[in-house]
Amino acid sequence: MTTIRMSAAKPAAALVLALGLSACAAPPPPPVVVDPYAGTAGGGAVYTGAVPAGSLNGTAEYFRTNVGDTVLFDRDQTTLNDGARTVLARQADWLQQNGSFSTVIQGHSDEQGTREFNLALGARRAGAVQEYLISRGVGANRIRTVSYGKERPAATCSDESCFSQNRRVVTVVQPGAGT
Amino acid sequence: MCRPLLIALSAALTLGVLAAPPALAQEDTGPLRIEITEGVVEPMPIAVAPFFDAGGGAAMVAQVQQVLTDDLTGTGLFRTIANEAQIAPPDSFEAPIAYEDWRAVNAEALVTGAVSVTGDVVTVRFRLYDVFSGQPLGDGMQFDAPVDGWRRAAHKAADQVYSRLTGEAPYFDSRVVFVNETGPKDARLKRIGIMDFDGENQKWLTDDATLVLSPKLSRDGKRLLYTSYETGFPRVMALDIDTMAEVEVPTDPQTMTFGPRFSPDGRWIIFSREQNGNTDIWQMDPSSGAARPLIQGPFIDTAPSYSPDGTRIVFESDRSGSPQLYVVSADGTGEPLRISFGQGRYGAPAWSPIGDLIAFTRQDGDKFHIGVFGPDGAEEKTLTESFLDEGPTWAPNGRVVMFTRQTPGGDGVARLHSVDVTGRNMRPVTIEGAASDPDWGPLLP
Repeated sequence: MTTIRMSAAKPAAALVLALGLSACAAPPPPPVVVDPYAGTAGGGAVYTGAVPAGSLNGTAEYFRTNVGDTVLFDRDQTTLNDGARTVLARQADWLQQNGSFSTVIQGHSDEQGTREFNLALGARRAGAVQEYLISRGVGANRIRTVSYGKERPAATCSDESCFSQNRRVVTVVQPGAGT
Repeated sequence: MCRPLLIALSAALTLGVLAAPPALAQEDTGPLRIEITEGVVEPMPIAVAPFFDAGGGAAMVAQVQQVLTDDLTGTGLFRTIANEAQIAPPDSFEAPIAYEDWRAVNAEALVTGAVSVTGDVVTVRFRLYDVFSGQPLGDGMQFDAPVDGWRRAAHKAADQVYSRLTGEAPYFDSRVVFVNETGPKDARLKRIGIMDFDGENQKWLTDDATLVLSPKLSRDGKRLLYTSYETGFPRVMALDIDTMAEVEVPTDPQTMTFGPRFSPDGRWIIFSREQNGNTDIWQMDPSSGAARPLIQGPFIDTAPSYSPDGTRIVFESDRSGSPQLYVVSADGTGEPLRISFGQGRYGAPAWSPIGDLIAFTRQDGDKFHIGVFGPDGAEEKTLTESFLDEGPTWAPNGRVVMFTRQTPGGDGVARLHSVDVTGRNMRPVTIEGAASDPDWGPLLP
């Protein structure tokens, strides 16, 4: 494409210069249009096969915004509530449809509690999500877990409005089928 | 990075000349001694006479005296009498002491000192006097150090004064590892530093490219354990402090490992090991990598700390439903004994290096406390209270605790504080920047 445009531009510039010298009042000529498909075989789009519907949704961005990557936990709790199960069921379906993705499940806590206990608490939450996804048919070899404890809060204020957002597990999907 | 420091301990000074033996006074008053108990409210007034330049030390005299004075007053046990109030400071380090002039300004103890520099070596000498009995408290002492290690010589002298006046073991000449924090709360950058106990001489042991947590020193202060996210997952790492060489700690890559500590003899590492969501306490021989579970069960077991004799472990567990502290034998046999029964949740225990107390974090409602109790949980004492206090570590003499205090909110900052075992003397550790997770190393040789 680039080479096409450059070769077209040179004669056009030369033409403007030539016109400018001979007749200043004349309108500029229309731009030179080059068909980018000119010269390709068949001269246009060629059908080469069907696209499976699922892969239109098969991006990490789609997973994050449409499936939902985060589930929340009640204070001190590591068991999944109904809201969490609904989101995780969608996650499991998506992971089944997008078998080329692996996932890292990140467990987090709020800032209440000591550093090491919160690491263990985040790990337990991540483990609960992992167990649920496996029970819904996601291969264990596609899942890893990590705990950040209270090191990476989603919201930074120091009351329940933020704590409730920080007691969470985030499912991060990435291309690559896991170990 | 930290050069070994040669400190010559010598009681070479001829104190006999200065000290007439006042046997009667001693019988009447007993040795001058301040007790670290809850009864100490008024600091003992002491005088530090202007130190002398004993040759080449002019540039250092004032700062050596300042460090010694700061060490002593920082304990909360002493207050110094201002230079202006001193009636008759001695003419030289060897001059006789006019005890009556020091009694007149109510000094109970007097410290004199001299500093000299010869080549690359700084020499700090001091003497300590009991003003009311009119006699020296022990022999004077001399410490030699490389010039750029002058602070250590000052700490050593202050340690001796502290030790003679309190009867407690010294602790000023010691170092602390900690985590330096920068960046916003939801994306903190952390790196491990080491500093003198008073916040001076900071050096960095890791960079902040990788999240690191909870550094812990070996009892000899030469090796460091910490938790690193270098692989993306928390993993126990080790570092040789003198060579800065990273030492691989062989752990199963399919598990998370964190919160390590050395055993007092340095032979073992105990750490938290997570698998399938459950966290247990494991023990590893770092030379062979052989590891085994020590404390297991379908609950969170974490934050282990050895007793100083290495025979027992105190740890944090939610086996009763909420985080509490338990003690078990160091080989993991027998039923863990719960020792915390106060209000709230207990965590992050640290067994004192002299064995008499366990420090911990206690959360009660929306307040956090640092507290201490005996190894059986008896005689619990709350030392601090704030939005978030956590992670106590002991001074090498077991009389002072350092911890992290985090202020609330999105711009909340973590700072190090220290508090003595009476809870009366709490103060921030003066360092630039935010810091957390202190671990107090041994008294330096």
